Amino acid sequence: MNDSIILHGRTVVPGKIAGEALVSHEPISGWGGIDPARGVIIEPRHELYGVCFTGKILVFPSAKGSSGWSGFFQTTRLSGTAPIGMIIGRISAKSALGAVVTRVPAITDLDADPCSVIATGDWVLIDNSTVEVTKR
Amino acid sequence: MFLTDDEKRMRDGAEGDAVAAAMDLLLRYGAALDADRLCSIRNVAGTMTQPSPVKARLVAEGGWDKAFAVINLDSDLDLTIPPMRIPTCQLQHGFGPDSVDIVPYPRANVDLQSDGEAFYGAHGVQILATCTPYQVGNLPMRGEHCAWMESSAVIYANSVLGARTNCEGIASTGAASLTGRIPCWGNHLEENRFGTHLISVSGVSVESFQDWGMLGYFAGSVSGEDRPVITGSLARPDLTELKHFGAAAATSGGVELYHIPGITPEAASVEAAFQSQVPDAAVYGPAERAAVYETLNEIGSSTDVDFVLLGCPHASLEQIRQAAALLDGKRLSSGTELWIMAPRALKVMADRSGYTAVIERAGGRVLADSCPAMSRAAPAGTRVFATDSAKQAHYLPAILGIEAWFGTLEECIAAAVTGRWAGGLR
Repeated sequence: MNDSIILHGRTVVPGKIAGEALVSHEPISGWGGIDPARGVIIEPRHELYGVCFTGKILVFPSAKGSSGWSGFFQTTRLSGTAPIGMIIGRISAKSALGAVVTRVPAITDLDADPCSVIATGDWVLIDNSTVEVTKR
Repeated sequence: MFLTDDEKRMRDGAEGDAVAAAMDLLLRYGAALDADRLCSIRNVAGTMTQPSPVKARLVAEGGWDKAFAVINLDSDLDLTIPPMRIPTCQLQHGFGPDSVDIVPYPRANVDLQSDGEAFYGAHGVQILATCTPYQVGNLPMRGEHCAWMESSAVIYANSVLGARTNCEGIASTGAASLTGRIPCWGNHLEENRFGTHLISVSGVSVESFQDWGMLGYFAGSVSGEDRPVITGSLARPDLTELKHFGAAAATSGGVELYHIPGITPEAASVEAAFQSQVPDAAVYGPAERAAVYETLNEIGSSTDVDFVLLGCPHASLEQIRQAAALLDGKRLSSGTELWIMAPRALKVMADRSGYTAVIERAGGRVLADSCPAMSRAAPAGTRVFATDSAKQAHYLPAILGIEAWFGTLEECIAAAVTGRWAGGLR
Protein backbone atom coordinates (compact mmCIF):
# COMPACT_ATOMS: atom_id res chain seq x y z
CA MET A 1 0.00 0.00 0.00
CA ASN A 2 1.28 3.45 -0.84
CA ASP A 3 1.79 6.19 1.68
CA SER A 4 -0.02 9.33 0.67
CA ILE A 5 0.70 12.79 2.07
CA ILE A 6 -1.50 15.85 1.58
CA LEU A 7 0.05 19.32 1.61
CA HIS A 8 -1.92 22.56 1.60
CA GLY A 9 -0.69 25.77 0.03
CA ARG A 10 -1.53 28.79 -2.06
CA THR A 11 -2.34 28.57 -5.76
CA VAL A 12 0.14 30.36 -8.01
CA VAL A 13 -1.31 29.17 -11.31
CA PRO A 14 -4.65 27.37 -11.03
CA GLY A 15 -5.11 23.87 -12.43
CA LYS A 16 -4.81 20.17 -11.79
CA ILE A 17 -1.97 17.92 -12.96
CA ALA A 18 -0.42 14.64 -11.87
CA GLY A 19 3.08 13.41 -12.63
CA GLU A 20 6.49 12.37 -11.40
CA ALA A 21 8.39 14.77 -9.16
CA LEU A 22 11.85 16.10 -9.89
CA VAL A 23 13.14 17.69 -6.68
CA SER A 24 15.89 20.27 -6.49
CA HIS A 25 17.13 21.16 -3.02
CA GLU A 26 19.05 24.10 -4.45
CA PRO A 27 17.51 27.19 -6.07
CA ILE A 28 17.22 27.07 -9.85
CA SER A 29 18.60 29.63 -12.32
CA GLY A 30 16.74 30.26 -15.58
CA TRP A 31 19.09 32.20 -17.87
CA GLY A 32 22.48 30.51 -17.61
CA GLY A 33 20.95 27.73 -15.53
CA ILE A 34 18.79 25.81 -18.01
CA ASP A 35 18.91 25.02 -21.71
CA PRO A 36 15.32 25.65 -22.84
CA ALA A 37 15.83 23.86 -26.16
CA ARG A 38 16.48 20.57 -24.30
CA GLY A 39 14.76 21.21 -20.96
CA VAL A 40 17.98 20.44 -19.09
CA ILE A 41 19.71 22.05 -16.10
CA ILE A 42 23.17 23.22 -17.22
CA GLU A 43 24.63 25.01 -14.17
CA PRO A 44 27.87 23.08 -13.47
CA ARG A 45 27.74 23.46 -9.70
CA HIS A 46 24.07 22.39 -9.48
CA GLU A 47 22.91 19.11 -7.91
CA LEU A 48 20.70 18.47 -10.97
CA TYR A 49 23.40 19.30 -13.54
CA GLY A 50 22.52 17.52 -16.79
CA VAL A 51 19.07 16.41 -15.61
CA CYS A 52 15.99 16.94 -17.84
CA PHE A 53 12.81 18.38 -16.30
CA THR A 54 10.57 18.02 -19.36
CA GLY A 55 7.26 16.40 -18.42
CA LYS A 56 8.13 16.41 -14.71
CA ILE A 57 6.63 18.30 -11.81
CA LEU A 58 9.51 20.51 -10.80
CA VAL A 59 9.86 20.94 -7.03
CA PHE A 60 12.35 23.63 -5.99
CA PRO A 61 12.98 25.99 -3.06
CA SER A 62 13.24 29.24 -5.07
CA ALA A 63 14.38 30.92 -8.26
CA LYS A 64 17.77 32.58 -8.35
CA GLY A 65 19.91 34.59 -10.72
CA SER A 66 18.99 36.54 -13.79
CA SER A 67 15.67 38.21 -14.59
CA GLY A 68 15.65 36.05 -17.72
CA TRP A 69 14.17 33.29 -15.51
CA SER A 70 10.59 33.62 -16.69
CA GLY A 71 11.54 34.14 -20.33
CA PHE A 72 13.60 30.96 -20.32
CA PHE A 73 10.78 28.92 -18.83
CA GLN A 74 8.32 30.51 -21.29
CA THR A 75 10.68 29.30 -24.02
CA THR A 76 10.47 25.74 -22.64
CA ARG A 77 6.70 25.96 -23.21
CA LEU A 78 7.16 27.27 -26.73
CA SER A 79 9.78 24.58 -27.40
CA GLY A 80 7.81 21.67 -25.94
CA THR A 81 10.36 21.02 -23.19
CA ALA A 82 8.50 22.48 -20.18
CA PRO A 83 7.84 20.89 -16.83
CA ILE A 84 4.13 20.02 -16.36
CA GLY A 85 3.81 21.62 -12.93
CA MET A 86 5.77 23.61 -10.36
CA ILE A 87 5.90 23.32 -6.58
CA ILE A 88 7.77 26.36 -5.30
CA GLY A 89 9.07 26.65 -1.75
CA ARG A 90 9.27 30.41 -1.65
CA ILE A 91 7.70 32.55 -4.34
CA SER A 92 9.44 35.53 -5.94
CA ALA A 93 8.72 37.79 -8.89
CA LYS A 94 10.90 35.54 -11.07
CA SER A 95 9.24 32.24 -10.19
CA ALA A 96 5.69 33.68 -10.07
CA LEU A 97 5.99 35.16 -13.54
CA GLY A 98 7.86 32.06 -14.68
CA ALA A 99 5.00 29.78 -13.62
CA VAL A 100 2.43 32.12 -15.22
CA VAL A 101 4.15 32.18 -18.63
CA THR A 102 4.99 28.45 -18.52
CA ARG A 103 1.21 28.07 -18.06
CA VAL A 104 1.42 25.03 -15.80
CA PRO A 105 -0.34 24.42 -12.46
CA ALA A 106 1.82 25.85 -9.70
CA ILE A 107 1.59 26.13 -5.94
CA THR A 108 3.60 27.73 -3.10
CA ASP A 109 3.46 28.53 0.65
CA LEU A 110 2.92 24.87 1.57
CA ASP A 111 2.39 23.79 5.17
CA ALA A 112 5.58 21.69 5.01
CA ASP A 113 8.83 22.10 3.10
CA PRO A 114 8.07 20.45 -0.24
CA CYS A 115 11.75 19.85 -0.97
CA SER A 116 11.99 17.71 2.20
CA VAL A 117 8.64 15.95 1.99
CA ILE A 118 8.79 15.13 -1.72
CA ALA A 119 11.57 13.05 -3.27
CA THR A 120 12.52 12.71 -6.92
CA GLY A 121 10.41 9.95 -8.45
CA ASP A 122 7.44 10.39 -6.09
CA TRP A 123 4.05 10.62 -7.80
CA VAL A 124 2.52 14.05 -7.22
CA LEU A 125 -0.93 15.48 -7.84
CA ILE A 126 -1.27 19.27 -7.83
CA ASP A 127 -4.93 20.28 -7.48
CA ASN A 128 -5.08 24.08 -7.18
CA SER A 129 -4.23 24.69 -3.51
CA THR A 130 -3.38 21.12 -2.47
CA VAL A 131 -0.64 18.66 -3.29
CA GLU A 132 -1.06 14.90 -2.88
CA VAL A 133 2.26 13.05 -2.68
CA THR A 134 2.43 9.29 -3.20
CA LYS A 135 5.82 8.01 -2.12
CA ARG A 136 7.64 5.98 -4.71
CA MET B 1 -6.78 42.27 -6.49
CA PHE B 2 -8.08 45.82 -6.19
CA LEU B 3 -8.29 47.65 -9.51
CA THR B 4 -8.88 51.37 -10.09
CA ASP B 5 -11.48 52.46 -12.60
CA ASP B 6 -8.74 53.20 -15.14
CA GLU B 7 -7.30 49.72 -14.67
CA LYS B 8 -10.72 48.13 -15.11
CA ARG B 9 -11.18 50.10 -18.34
CA MET B 10 -7.82 48.84 -19.64
CA ARG B 11 -8.70 45.28 -18.62
CA ASP B 12 -12.05 45.51 -20.41
CA GLY B 13 -10.54 46.69 -23.70
CA ALA B 14 -11.31 50.42 -23.67
CA GLU B 15 -7.74 51.10 -24.82
CA GLY B 16 -7.54 48.26 -27.30
CA ASP B 17 -6.84 44.55 -27.37
CA ALA B 18 -3.09 44.81 -26.75
CA VAL B 19 -3.57 46.89 -23.58
CA ALA B 20 -6.29 44.45 -22.46
CA ALA B 21 -3.90 41.55 -23.03
CA ALA B 22 -1.25 43.39 -21.02
CA MET B 23 -3.71 43.86 -18.15
CA ASP B 24 -4.65 40.18 -18.36
CA LEU B 25 -1.00 39.20 -17.89
CA LEU B 26 -0.63 41.62 -14.97
CA LEU B 27 -3.75 40.15 -13.33
CA ARG B 28 -2.48 36.56 -13.72
CA TYR B 29 0.93 37.64 -12.44
CA GLY B 30 -0.55 39.66 -9.58
CA ALA B 31 -2.64 36.65 -8.53
CA ALA B 32 0.46 34.42 -8.65
CA LEU B 33 2.18 36.86 -6.28
CA ASP B 34 -0.93 37.34 -4.11
CA ALA B 35 -0.57 41.11 -4.66
CA ASP B 36 -3.29 43.43 -3.31
CA ARG B 37 -3.13 46.00 -6.08
CA LEU B 38 -1.07 47.47 -8.92
CA CYS B 39 1.18 50.50 -8.67
CA SER B 40 1.59 53.26 -11.23
CA ILE B 41 4.99 53.52 -12.85
CA ARG B 42 6.63 55.49 -15.63
CA ASN B 43 10.00 53.77 -16.00
CA VAL B 44 10.34 50.36 -17.67
CA ALA B 45 13.60 48.59 -18.52
CA GLY B 46 12.88 45.45 -20.48
CA THR B 47 13.92 43.49 -23.52
CA MET B 48 12.19 43.21 -26.86
CA THR B 49 14.88 43.15 -29.54
CA GLN B 50 17.20 40.38 -28.26
CA PRO B 51 17.30 37.70 -31.00
CA SER B 52 16.36 34.09 -30.25
CA PRO B 53 15.26 31.13 -32.38
CA VAL B 54 11.70 31.38 -31.04
CA LYS B 55 11.57 35.12 -31.75
CA ALA B 56 12.88 34.65 -35.29
CA ARG B 57 10.12 32.12 -35.93
CA LEU B 58 7.41 34.39 -34.50
CA VAL B 59 8.60 37.42 -36.49
CA ALA B 60 8.61 35.30 -39.66
CA GLU B 61 5.06 34.14 -38.90
CA GLY B 62 3.44 37.41 -37.86
CA GLY B 63 5.95 40.24 -37.64
CA TRP B 64 7.08 42.03 -34.49
CA ASP B 65 3.46 42.50 -33.37
CA LYS B 66 3.21 38.73 -33.01
CA ALA B 67 6.60 38.42 -31.31
CA PHE B 68 5.64 41.10 -28.77
CA ALA B 69 2.22 39.49 -28.17
CA VAL B 70 3.63 36.02 -27.50
CA ILE B 71 6.88 36.84 -25.72
CA ASN B 72 6.31 40.23 -24.09
CA LEU B 73 2.60 39.88 -23.25
CA ASP B 74 2.29 36.06 -23.07
CA SER B 75 -0.78 36.36 -25.30
CA ASP B 76 -1.92 34.06 -28.10
CA LEU B 77 -4.17 36.77 -29.59
CA ASP B 78 -3.61 38.48 -32.92
CA LEU B 79 -2.66 41.94 -31.66
CA THR B 80 -1.49 45.25 -33.10
CA ILE B 81 1.00 46.74 -30.67
CA PRO B 82 0.41 50.44 -29.86
CA PRO B 83 3.14 52.91 -28.84
CA MET B 84 4.59 52.40 -25.37
CA ARG B 85 2.37 54.15 -22.81
CA ILE B 86 5.29 55.15 -20.56
CA PRO B 87 9.06 55.63 -20.94
CA THR B 88 10.53 52.23 -21.79
CA CYS B 89 14.11 51.29 -22.58
CA GLN B 90 15.72 48.27 -24.19
CA LEU B 91 18.41 46.65 -22.02
CA GLN B 92 21.43 44.78 -23.40
CA HIS B 93 20.63 42.49 -26.32
CA GLY B 94 22.52 40.83 -29.18
CA PHE B 95 25.49 42.21 -31.09
CA GLY B 96 24.98 44.94 -33.70
CA PRO B 97 26.20 45.57 -37.26
CA ASP B 98 29.56 47.00 -36.13
CA SER B 99 30.44 43.66 -34.50
CA VAL B 100 30.31 41.75 -37.78
CA ASP B 101 33.76 40.30 -38.64
CA ILE B 102 34.82 40.71 -34.99
CA VAL B 103 32.32 38.63 -33.05
CA PRO B 104 31.33 35.18 -34.33
CA TYR B 105 27.62 35.91 -34.10
CA PRO B 106 25.03 34.94 -36.73
CA ARG B 107 24.42 37.65 -39.32
CA ALA B 108 20.74 36.69 -39.27
CA ASN B 109 20.60 37.70 -35.60
CA VAL B 110 22.24 41.06 -36.34
CA ASP B 111 19.69 41.72 -39.08
CA LEU B 112 16.74 40.55 -36.98
CA GLN B 113 17.81 42.83 -34.15
CA SER B 114 18.29 45.85 -36.42
CA ASP B 115 14.79 45.25 -37.77
CA GLY B 116 13.48 45.02 -34.20
CA GLU B 117 15.20 48.25 -33.19
CA ALA B 118 13.41 50.06 -36.03
CA PHE B 119 10.02 48.62 -34.98
CA TYR B 120 10.41 49.33 -31.28
CA GLY B 121 12.09 52.69 -31.79
CA ALA B 122 9.03 53.73 -33.79
CA HIS B 123 6.90 52.54 -30.86
CA GLY B 124 8.76 54.83 -28.48
CA VAL B 125 11.31 52.43 -27.00
CA GLN B 126 14.69 53.95 -26.08
CA ILE B 127 17.38 51.61 -27.44
CA LEU B 128 19.89 52.05 -24.59
CA ALA B 129 21.25 48.56 -25.31
CA THR B 130 23.03 48.15 -21.99
CA CYS B 131 22.65 46.19 -18.76
CA THR B 132 23.51 49.46 -16.97
CA PRO B 133 20.81 51.98 -17.94
CA TYR B 134 21.80 53.94 -14.85
CA GLN B 135 25.16 54.73 -16.55
CA VAL B 136 23.52 56.33 -19.57
CA GLY B 137 20.80 58.61 -18.26
CA ASN B 138 18.11 56.34 -16.84
CA LEU B 139 18.44 57.21 -13.16
CA PRO B 140 15.17 56.68 -11.29
CA MET B 141 14.62 58.89 -8.26
CA ARG B 142 14.63 57.67 -4.68
CA GLY B 143 11.24 56.11 -3.92
CA GLU B 144 10.26 55.94 -7.60
CA HIS B 145 8.35 52.78 -8.54
CA CYS B 146 9.79 51.09 -11.65
CA ALA B 147 9.54 47.84 -13.60
CA TRP B 148 13.07 46.79 -14.41
CA MET B 149 14.64 43.58 -15.59
CA GLU B 150 18.33 42.67 -15.45
CA SER B 151 19.28 41.50 -11.97
CA SER B 152 22.40 43.67 -11.78
CA ALA B 153 20.41 46.79 -12.71
CA VAL B 154 17.54 45.92 -10.35
CA ILE B 155 19.85 45.61 -7.35
CA TYR B 156 21.59 48.88 -8.29
CA ALA B 157 18.28 50.75 -8.68
CA ASN B 158 16.90 49.48 -5.36
CA SER B 159 20.03 49.71 -3.25
CA VAL B 160 22.17 52.54 -4.59
CA LEU B 161 19.41 54.79 -5.99
CA GLY B 162 16.63 53.89 -3.53
CA ALA B 163 14.16 53.31 -6.36
CA ARG B 164 11.63 50.47 -6.02
CA THR B 165 11.48 47.57 -8.42
CA ASN B 166 11.20 43.83 -8.28
CA CYS B 167 13.33 41.69 -10.54
CA GLU B 168 10.81 41.72 -13.36
CA GLY B 169 10.77 39.54 -16.45
CA ILE B 170 10.18 39.89 -20.16
CA ALA B 171 6.39 39.52 -20.01
CA SER B 172 5.83 41.71 -16.95
CA THR B 173 7.93 44.56 -18.35
CA GLY B 174 6.15 44.20 -21.70
CA ALA B 175 2.77 44.46 -19.98
CA ALA B 176 4.01 47.37 -17.86
CA SER B 177 5.16 49.29 -20.93
CA LEU B 178 1.62 49.29 -22.37
CA THR B 179 -0.23 49.99 -19.11
CA GLY B 180 2.06 51.94 -16.77
CA ARG B 181 1.27 49.38 -14.06
CA ILE B 182 3.08 46.57 -12.21
CA PRO B 183 1.97 44.47 -9.21
CA CYS B 184 2.55 46.40 -5.99
CA TRP B 185 4.36 43.62 -4.18
CA GLY B 186 7.77 42.81 -2.73
CA ASN B 187 10.28 45.64 -3.05
CA HIS B 188 7.53 48.20 -3.78
CA LEU B 189 6.34 47.97 -0.17
CA GLU B 190 8.16 49.80 2.65
CA GLU B 191 7.96 46.84 5.04
CA ASN B 192 9.89 44.64 2.62
CA ARG B 193 12.85 46.99 2.33
CA PHE B 194 14.49 46.42 5.70
CA GLY B 195 17.57 44.25 6.13
CA THR B 196 17.33 40.56 7.00
CA HIS B 197 21.00 39.51 7.31
CA LEU B 198 23.98 41.34 8.79
CA ILE B 199 27.40 40.79 7.22
CA SER B 200 30.40 42.12 9.08
CA VAL B 201 33.68 42.58 7.22
CA SER B 202 36.44 41.87 9.69
CA GLY B 203 40.13 41.00 9.35
CA VAL B 204 40.16 42.03 5.68
CA SER B 205 39.64 45.42 4.17
CA VAL B 206 37.33 45.69 1.18
CA GLU B 207 38.77 48.43 -0.99
CA SER B 208 39.44 47.16 -4.52
CA PHE B 209 37.08 46.45 -7.40
CA GLN B 210 37.92 42.74 -7.09
CA ASP B 211 37.23 42.71 -3.36
CA TRP B 212 33.84 44.40 -3.80
CA GLY B 213 32.88 41.68 -6.28
CA MET B 214 33.98 38.87 -3.98
CA LEU B 215 32.14 40.43 -1.04
CA GLY B 216 29.02 40.64 -3.23
CA TYR B 217 29.35 36.99 -4.17
CA PHE B 218 29.65 36.13 -0.46
CA ALA B 219 26.66 38.33 0.42
CA GLY B 220 24.50 36.56 -2.16
CA SER B 221 25.47 33.11 -0.96
CA VAL B 222 24.74 34.07 2.66
CA SER B 223 21.45 35.88 2.11
CA GLY B 224 19.91 34.11 -0.89
CA GLU B 225 16.90 36.15 -1.95
CA ASP B 226 16.95 38.25 1.21
CA ARG B 227 18.38 41.63 2.06
CA PRO B 228 21.93 41.83 3.44
CA VAL B 229 23.25 44.78 5.40
CA ILE B 230 27.00 45.19 5.04
CA THR B 231 29.16 46.73 7.72
CA GLY B 232 32.77 46.68 8.94
CA SER B 233 36.05 47.55 7.26
CA LEU B 234 34.85 48.94 3.94
CA ALA B 235 36.39 51.73 1.94
CA ARG B 236 33.89 54.16 0.42
CA PRO B 237 32.82 52.50 -2.86
CA ASP B 238 32.26 54.19 -6.20
CA LEU B 239 29.75 53.40 -8.97
CA THR B 240 31.88 50.69 -10.59
CA GLU B 241 32.53 48.89 -7.32
CA LEU B 242 28.86 48.80 -6.33
CA LYS B 243 27.98 47.77 -9.90
CA HIS B 244 30.32 44.77 -9.44
CA PHE B 245 29.16 44.07 -5.86
CA GLY B 246 25.48 44.05 -6.81
CA ALA B 247 25.91 41.96 -9.94
CA ALA B 248 27.79 39.35 -7.89
CA ALA B 249 25.22 39.31 -5.06
CA ALA B 250 22.42 38.86 -7.58
CA THR B 251 24.34 35.99 -9.20
CA SER B 252 25.34 33.81 -6.23
CA GLY B 253 21.99 34.43 -4.54
CA GLY B 254 18.98 36.37 -5.66
CA VAL B 255 19.66 39.63 -3.85
CA GLU B 256 17.60 42.56 -5.16
CA LEU B 257 18.20 45.02 -2.32
CA TYR B 258 21.01 45.58 0.17
CA HIS B 259 22.07 48.35 2.49
CA ILE B 260 25.49 49.69 3.37
CA PRO B 261 24.79 51.99 6.31
CA GLY B 262 26.15 55.47 5.81
CA ILE B 263 26.62 54.91 2.08
CA THR B 264 23.39 53.70 0.47
CA PRO B 265 20.39 56.01 0.90
CA GLU B 266 17.84 54.00 2.88
CA ALA B 267 19.96 53.12 5.91
CA ALA B 268 21.71 55.83 7.90
CA SER B 269 22.87 53.28 10.50
CA VAL B 270 22.89 49.52 11.09
CA GLU B 271 19.95 49.93 13.50
CA ALA B 272 17.97 51.91 10.91
CA ALA B 273 18.59 49.21 8.30
CA PHE B 274 16.64 46.65 10.35
CA GLN B 275 12.97 47.01 11.20
CA SER B 276 13.44 45.32 14.56
CA GLN B 277 16.32 43.58 16.29
CA VAL B 278 19.71 43.55 14.59
CA PRO B 279 20.58 39.89 13.87
CA ASP B 280 23.90 38.22 14.65
CA ALA B 281 26.47 38.97 11.99
CA ALA B 282 27.93 36.57 9.45
CA VAL B 283 31.64 37.41 9.36
CA TYR B 284 33.46 38.00 6.09
CA GLY B 285 37.12 37.56 6.95
CA PRO B 286 40.26 36.10 5.37
CA ALA B 287 38.89 32.52 5.29
CA GLU B 288 35.59 33.56 3.68
CA ARG B 289 37.40 35.77 1.18
CA ALA B 290 39.71 32.89 0.22
CA ALA B 291 36.74 30.52 -0.14
CA VAL B 292 34.94 32.89 -2.53
CA TYR B 293 38.12 33.26 -4.56
CA GLU B 294 38.50 29.47 -4.79
CA THR B 295 34.87 29.04 -5.86
CA LEU B 296 35.20 31.61 -8.63
CA ASN B 297 38.42 29.97 -9.87
CA GLU B 298 37.48 26.30 -9.48
CA ILE B 299 36.50 25.98 -13.15
CA GLY B 300 40.01 27.00 -14.29
CA SER B 301 42.73 24.39 -14.84
CA SER B 302 44.68 25.35 -17.98
CA THR B 303 46.66 28.57 -17.62
CA ASP B 304 46.72 29.13 -21.39
CA VAL B 305 44.24 32.01 -21.70
CA ASP B 306 42.79 32.64 -25.15
CA PHE B 307 40.11 35.19 -24.25
CA VAL B 308 39.96 38.07 -21.77
CA LEU B 309 36.59 39.64 -21.08
CA LEU B 310 36.09 42.94 -19.24
CA GLY B 311 32.99 45.04 -18.74
CA CYS B 312 30.43 42.89 -16.91
CA PRO B 313 28.20 44.65 -16.08
CA HIS B 314 28.99 47.03 -18.94
CA ALA B 315 32.12 49.07 -18.25
CA SER B 316 32.14 52.63 -17.02
CA LEU B 317 34.15 55.18 -18.97
CA GLU B 318 36.73 55.12 -16.16
CA GLN B 319 37.07 51.32 -16.43
CA ILE B 320 37.74 51.69 -20.16
CA ARG B 321 40.31 54.38 -19.42
CA GLN B 322 42.08 52.16 -16.86
CA ALA B 323 42.26 49.27 -19.34
CA ALA B 324 43.62 51.62 -21.99
CA ALA B 325 46.28 52.92 -19.61
CA LEU B 326 47.46 49.36 -18.85
CA LEU B 327 47.51 48.43 -22.55
CA ASP B 328 49.26 51.58 -23.78
CA GLY B 329 52.26 50.59 -25.88
CA LYS B 330 51.63 46.86 -25.36
CA ARG B 331 50.55 44.14 -27.77
CA LEU B 332 48.20 41.23 -27.04
CA SER B 333 49.56 37.70 -27.25
CA SER B 334 48.94 36.31 -30.73
CA GLY B 335 46.61 33.60 -29.41
CA THR B 336 44.58 35.84 -27.11
CA GLU B 337 41.69 38.23 -27.69
CA LEU B 338 40.47 41.00 -25.39
CA TRP B 339 36.95 42.39 -25.44
CA ILE B 340 35.69 45.22 -23.25
CA MET B 341 31.89 45.45 -23.19
CA ALA B 342 30.42 48.93 -22.73
CA PRO B 343 27.21 50.90 -23.23
CA ARG B 344 27.21 52.35 -26.75
CA ALA B 345 26.92 55.90 -25.39
CA LEU B 346 30.09 55.40 -23.32
CA LYS B 347 31.89 53.71 -26.23
CA VAL B 348 31.30 56.91 -28.20
CA MET B 349 32.96 58.86 -25.37
CA ALA B 350 35.80 56.32 -25.18
CA ASP B 351 36.32 56.73 -28.92
CA ARG B 352 36.37 60.51 -28.55
CA SER B 353 38.71 60.36 -25.56
CA GLY B 354 41.19 58.27 -27.51
CA TYR B 355 40.91 55.21 -25.20
CA THR B 356 39.45 52.96 -27.89
CA ALA B 357 42.35 53.74 -30.23
CA VAL B 358 44.90 52.76 -27.54
CA ILE B 359 43.05 49.51 -26.84
CA GLU B 360 42.73 48.69 -30.55
CA ARG B 361 46.42 49.44 -31.20
CA ALA B 362 47.19 46.75 -28.61
CA GLY B 363 44.84 44.38 -30.41
CA GLY B 364 41.86 44.65 -28.07
CA ARG B 365 38.26 45.66 -28.78
CA VAL B 366 35.64 47.87 -27.18
CA LEU B 367 32.24 46.39 -28.04
CA ALA B 368 28.73 47.65 -27.36
CA ASP B 369 25.17 46.34 -27.05
CA SER B 370 25.75 42.85 -25.72
CA CYS B 371 28.14 40.44 -24.04
CA PRO B 372 29.38 36.87 -24.64
CA ALA B 373 26.89 35.47 -22.13
CA MET B 374 23.84 37.22 -23.64
CA SER B 375 24.83 36.32 -27.19
CA ARG B 376 26.52 32.99 -26.49
CA ALA B 377 29.47 34.26 -28.51
CA ALA B 378 33.19 34.27 -27.78
CA PRO B 379 36.22 34.31 -30.09
CA ALA B 380 36.35 31.14 -32.17
CA GLY B 381 38.11 28.30 -30.41
CA THR B 382 37.97 29.82 -26.93
CA ARG B 383 38.69 27.20 -24.29
CA VAL B 384 39.91 29.30 -21.36
CA PHE B 385 38.84 32.83 -20.52
CA ALA B 386 39.79 35.32 -17.85
CA THR B 387 37.65 38.10 -16.42
CA ASP B 388 37.56 40.66 -13.63
CA SER B 389 33.80 40.03 -13.18
CA ALA B 390 32.52 37.61 -10.55
CA LYS B 391 29.20 37.41 -12.43
CA GLN B 392 30.77 36.48 -15.74
CA ALA B 393 33.16 33.98 -14.07
CA HIS B 394 30.06 32.33 -12.59
CA TYR B 395 27.90 32.19 -15.72
CA LEU B 396 30.10 31.91 -18.79
CA PRO B 397 31.53 28.42 -18.12
CA ALA B 398 27.95 27.06 -18.04
CA ILE B 399 26.81 29.00 -21.08
CA LEU B 400 29.81 28.36 -23.34
CA GLY B 401 31.38 25.26 -21.79
CA ILE B 402 34.75 26.94 -21.21
CA GLU B 403 37.16 27.33 -18.29
CA ALA B 404 37.27 30.55 -16.28
CA TRP B 405 39.80 32.57 -14.32
CA PHE B 406 38.70 35.41 -12.08
CA GLY B 407 41.14 38.12 -11.07
CA THR B 408 42.00 41.81 -11.05
CA LEU B 409 42.00 44.11 -14.06
CA GLU B 410 45.82 44.11 -13.94
CA GLU B 411 45.94 40.28 -13.94
CA CYS B 412 43.48 40.12 -16.82
CA ILE B 413 45.46 42.60 -18.91
CA ALA B 414 48.66 40.68 -18.13
CA ALA B 415 46.95 37.46 -19.27
CA ALA B 416 45.90 39.16 -22.51
CA VAL B 417 49.47 40.32 -23.16
CA THR B 418 51.27 37.10 -22.19
CA GLY B 419 48.57 34.53 -23.02
CA ARG B 420 49.13 33.02 -19.57
CA TRP B 421 47.11 33.23 -16.37
CA ALA B 422 49.34 34.17 -13.43
CA GLY B 423 46.69 35.50 -11.06
CA GLY B 424 46.46 34.76 -7.36
CA LEU B 425 44.76 36.09 -4.26
CA ARG B 426 46.77 38.84 -2.66
